[in-house]
Amino acid sequence: MRTVPMASSSDLDLLNVTKRFGSHLAVNDVSFSVAPGEFFSILGPSGCGKTTLMRMIAGFEEPTSGDIRIRGTSMVGVPANRRPVNMVFQSLALFPMMSVGENVAYGLICRGVGRAEAERRAMLMLERVGLKGFAERRVTALSGGQRQRVAIARCLVLEPTLVLLDEPLGALDLKLREHMKIELKQLQATFNTTFVYITHDQSEALVMSDRIAVMNQGRFEQVGSPRELYHNPMTPFVASFVGETNRWAGEGGGEASGTAKVKLASGGVVQGMGAVSAKSVLCFVRPEAIALSSDVTSLQALPNRFEGRVAAVLFDGANSSLLIDTAGFDQPIRAVLPQAGPLAGIEVGAPIHVGWTADAMKVFAA
Amino acid sequence: MKPAQRLTLFLLLAPALIWLGLLIVLPHVEILILSLSERVGPRVYRFGLGNYLEFFTEPLYWRTFARTAIMSILVTALTLVLAFPIALYIARVAQGRLKAMLLLLCLLPFWVSELVRTLGWMILLRETGLISYLLQSTGLASQPVEMLYNDGAVILGLVYGGLLFMIVPLANALESLEPSVVEAGYDLGGSRWTVLRRIVIPHAMPGIVAGSIIVFMLTVGNFATPVLLGGKNGLWFTEQIYAQFITRFNWPQGAAFGMLLLVLSSVIVWAGLRLSGQGLGTTLRQA
Repeated sequence: MRTVPMASSSDLDLLNVTKRFGSHLAVNDVSFSVAPGEFFSILGPSGCGKTTLMRMIAGFEEPTSGDIRIRGTSMVGVPANRRPVNMVFQSLALFPMMSVGENVAYGLICRGVGRAEAERRAMLMLERVGLKGFAERRVTALSGGQRQRVAIARCLVLEPTLVLLDEPLGALDLKLREHMKIELKQLQATFNTTFVYITHDQSEALVMSDRIAVMNQGRFEQVGSPRELYHNPMTPFVASFVGETNRWAGEGGGEASGTAKVKLASGGVVQGMGAVSAKSVLCFVRPEAIALSSDVTSLQALPNRFEGRVAAVLFDGANSSLLIDTAGFDQPIRAVLPQAGPLAGIEVGAPIHVGWTADAMKVFAA
Repeated sequence: MKPAQRLTLFLLLAPALIWLGLLIVLPHVEILILSLSERVGPRVYRFGLGNYLEFFTEPLYWRTFARTAIMSILVTALTLVLAFPIALYIARVAQGRLKAMLLLLCLLPFWVSELVRTLGWMILLRETGLISYLLQSTGLASQPVEMLYNDGAVILGLVYGGLLFMIVPLANALESLEPSVVEAGYDLGGSRWTVLRRIVIPHAMPGIVAGSIIVFMLTVGNFATPVLLGGKNGLWFTEQIYAQFITRFNWPQGAAFGMLLLVLSSVIVWAGLRLSGQGLGTTLRQA
């Protein structure tokens, strides 16, 4: 059934989309909208249903129930080759039997654009993605980053409403991946095309996206800007999946001066914000929210103060951190170690004071 | 290379070299020499091209030759068209046990001899056979129908015999096509036909060429099928070779025909490779 096209302010709308494979619920009642020109990411661990979701938008799977609309037009029952959506595959799926130019011109020729005009437009598109003069090359003769750009050029040349990207950076080495993150974001900004990006890598999602949906077991846990997700996670899954964090289990001990008091299973007592009344709780605190000091007086104002001993120094340049064994905690506390501060040269075994505010610690019902 | 290594290499290669030399090179040299000797009297032979000249002056010979070539190309093309969807199904759709079952089903007819298989077709197609009987009992024919001894029967038998040898290299070639490449073909707006023509077929080209060469060679050199299903109308070139060697006892003439058939296969295979732009090396790997 196709609904009559109507004016829509969003490029993509999913309404209560559910997909079952036999008894397995791959996508469970997912709804969201993507605004024109937005870079929207779906972030989740492998097997969370994000690829199924993307394949439904592309038209390779039909939803069991719910509706998928592109600019207000229902796509249910529309085959993949008739949707204004193009996909960059995880393996890129370039056509090895064609040259670079033919790969880019393929979609135009499918649409009935004349060969000469298709070649001209393909050439222009290759120029815009920085592959001028590559049209005659075999795709097998390209580097990883160049292949990436061909895969994207092949989609963008069709001027689609929506480009879907299925973990396209997965196969690249670290250095190139970091570079491509920035390049992808720039490409998206220059073409002003709506991107829906799927990844299990939280750093890719955080760096590139305008908004991120965190997906787990077929459901969206939270949708928000990278900052929102990082600083105000709504569920324990989001808190632990997005960014580095310390995580402890405990039991709720009621309220004390506006904060939740938690008695950890390992004995320590901490104060945080969130679930006050729950019996069994999980506490999260970011490593960079933990203040370090060699003397206790500078941490006097913090409600959570502990004394520990350095168990390990994890040196990683600006991302260096300490693991601190502390009485009352079953796992060492991880804290960011500023390389410009007075503690930069600290050694394993040194005594140290740690502390954090109640605001920095999120408490969720387990 | 040390002498010991050289000896090992020689010993390892020896069976293959002996096999090649004794069974392929030597007989062909013999046949070539034989084909160049003319019979001038009883048991008197001299060197000359008379046997080849005979082929070009007697229309029955070169017409049979041309007919064999054209029909073999037709059979190869028909086999390809029939085998492609089957191979596509086996390679892309069927999974696990079903895939093994289907390949086994293709192989099954080859457990009986070619002669018996051809006789099986005769039982189905002859005047008093199953199909004729069914046509009569359903009222579609008023009298017995003879379906043997025509070109159709010969082509049917040859296609049937070649199918497996086309399916296996095709399925092999199609299996290596990444599913996401086909999906990308649709995603960018390609119809089924476009995806088949621009992605699937170019990818399967080495398999298509390999299968076609095998089927063509088997068909050109086939003997039993045209004789049994075509009868007097079979007119296959191998029958002419058989007649010269066995019936007429004119070995030099038969040898000349044999050499001509070898040249025919080689030329058509070469032309096929040139037309499809495939190298012999990639094709052999696929087969």
